[in-house]
Amino acid sequence: MRAVFKREFRSYFSTPIGFIVLAVCYFFLGLYFSMIYSFGSPEVSEVIMAMATVIVFTMPVITMRLMSEDRRQKVDQALLTAPVSLTAIVMGKFFAALALLAVAFAPTVIFEIIVLSYVSVNIMSYIYALLGMLLLGSALISIGMFISSLTESSVVSAILTLVINILVLYMSSFAGMVNATWLANILEKAAFINVFDNFGANVFSVSDVVYFVSISAAFLFLCVRSLDKRRWA
Amino acid sequence: MIEVTGLSKRYGTHLAVKDVSFNIEKGEVIGFLGPNGAGKSTIMNILTGYLSLTQGKVAIDGYDITEYPEDAKRRIGYLPEMPPLYIDMKVREYLNFIYDLKKVKFPKKPHIDEIIRLVKIENVQNRLIKNLSKGYRQRVGFAQALIGNPDVLILDEPTVGLDPKQIIEIRNLIARLGKNHTIILSSHILSEIQAVCKRVIIINHGQIIADDTPDNLSNKLSQDHSLVARIVCAEQDMLDALKTVKGVKSVTSLGRKEDNSFDFLIEPEAGADVRSEVFKRVAARGRTLLSLTSNKVSLEQIFLRLTEAADNDEARRLLGVAETPQSEKVNIEITDSDTVAVKTENSNEEEK
Repeated sequence: MRAVFKREFRSYFSTPIGFIVLAVCYFFLGLYFSMIYSFGSPEVSEVIMAMATVIVFTMPVITMRLMSEDRRQKVDQALLTAPVSLTAIVMGKFFAALALLAVAFAPTVIFEIIVLSYVSVNIMSYIYALLGMLLLGSALISIGMFISSLTESSVVSAILTLVINILVLYMSSFAGMVNATWLANILEKAAFINVFDNFGANVFSVSDVVYFVSISAAFLFLCVRSLDKRRWA
Repeated sequence: MIEVTGLSKRYGTHLAVKDVSFNIEKGEVIGFLGPNGAGKSTIMNILTGYLSLTQGKVAIDGYDITEYPEDAKRRIGYLPEMPPLYIDMKVREYLNFIYDLKKVKFPKKPHIDEIIRLVKIENVQNRLIKNLSKGYRQRVGFAQALIGNPDVLILDEPTVGLDPKQIIEIRNLIARLGKNHTIILSSHILSEIQAVCKRVIIINHGQIIADDTPDNLSNKLSQDHSLVARIVCAEQDMLDALKTVKGVKSVTSLGRKEDNSFDFLIEPEAGADVRSEVFKRVAARGRTLLSLTSNKVSLEQIFLRLTEAADNDEARRLLGVAETPQSEKVNIEITDSDTVAVKTENSNEEEK
């Protein structure tokens, strides 16, 4: 797993992808931080919350090649014939993407230190927000990886992932359009953006953590199955 | 070392590999021969655990590939048809990655250095794989298979797309590795198999139609041990002279193939070696014998004759083993009900 992790994380920076993703994230982080700070709010958690839209667009770029590229270049023959389990391969790739996301949000630590040096704020709200971002990110990464494992084309994978990311994040906006209240309720509660927002409200809820973790686990499992299924095709 | 019993692979309704069985001992070098789409790569992919099998059993050094995949895979180095390379990595970086991936226990740097030296890629080790030529990529693929020094090497067309010099280099490398590895090699180039392999498995339509040494195969297939002699002489005169040589059954003139000389097809009586007698007779007549060659079939001819045979049964008949599959069929039908399904489907397909 460590070999796959190392190779995938490095490959983000041997192609422009890693740099582009980081540049986009850093640009918006800086922009939001200066805006929110100049409006007089000392909360870095608000900066992280504002990043949700940016993440929706950058996650498909991170995950689009993860599985599909191996298959297109037939490198999967080296991976699948090596003495490692499919789960280890998938987890290695997952953590590589998650690590890139963590690097993208590393500057918020500096923001928090800057803020703390001027005013005393509740540091927990920042930690909750960051945790929420990483959990949201891991859910989106695992969905993207699963989609990437279904296709040989990274473009198809990126577009499909983007559409699905928008759907799962903002499905609450469809709540008003359905008549059945139970369905509207589900859409409202399950929308990733609403769960994510809970982390920004400075209330820690185990159920929100479990929600994202189980979504991630489910799609990583599907990703492993999809790799395995190809062997049986 | 490698035991394959009753291996079948089905893609949807298409049966790509049908009831293939063979055993490979430690240290053997085996050649897989077959036309495109015969199932060679599929069998190799199954042996290495890349593809699953529909039926049968594959064991590497006693470890079943489906039950103990990691133990089995640890013993195999695989070079697929298209070398599995990350083109955005540098050669050494890639080999380091494969080393980590295979969880090799040898000291890292000396081990990789040695392999790099062995496949002669020292001068490109710090270049991006993207920028390498086909020949170098093939060698990096080879290096990848050698990492961890696995006992079994499975090489799918290792010399395809290389220039003649590189082909010879790779072939020498395979011959050298064959001394302490078990190797399965597939190829279209028959001379390659003949040069490197002690045993050939010919595969057609997903079935094994021959499994023997190249020499035995050609002996079985050549009905005669006739000779072709090229002699500078007058045609009729020499024809009469050769007919009276002891042990010669018949002589026919093949006509003029080269200026001033005639070719004769000399058929000896069963078991007789007439070569020295023919030479003496030609010399006694004061004529010059330009060449005396055996009319033995080459591996190439064997291959064509077997794979062009209308179906695999006819191929087996050519080899004189027609009776064995029949009796085997009965045995299998009694012992294994699953195999019956495969068998019947085979015959259906052949009827179509």
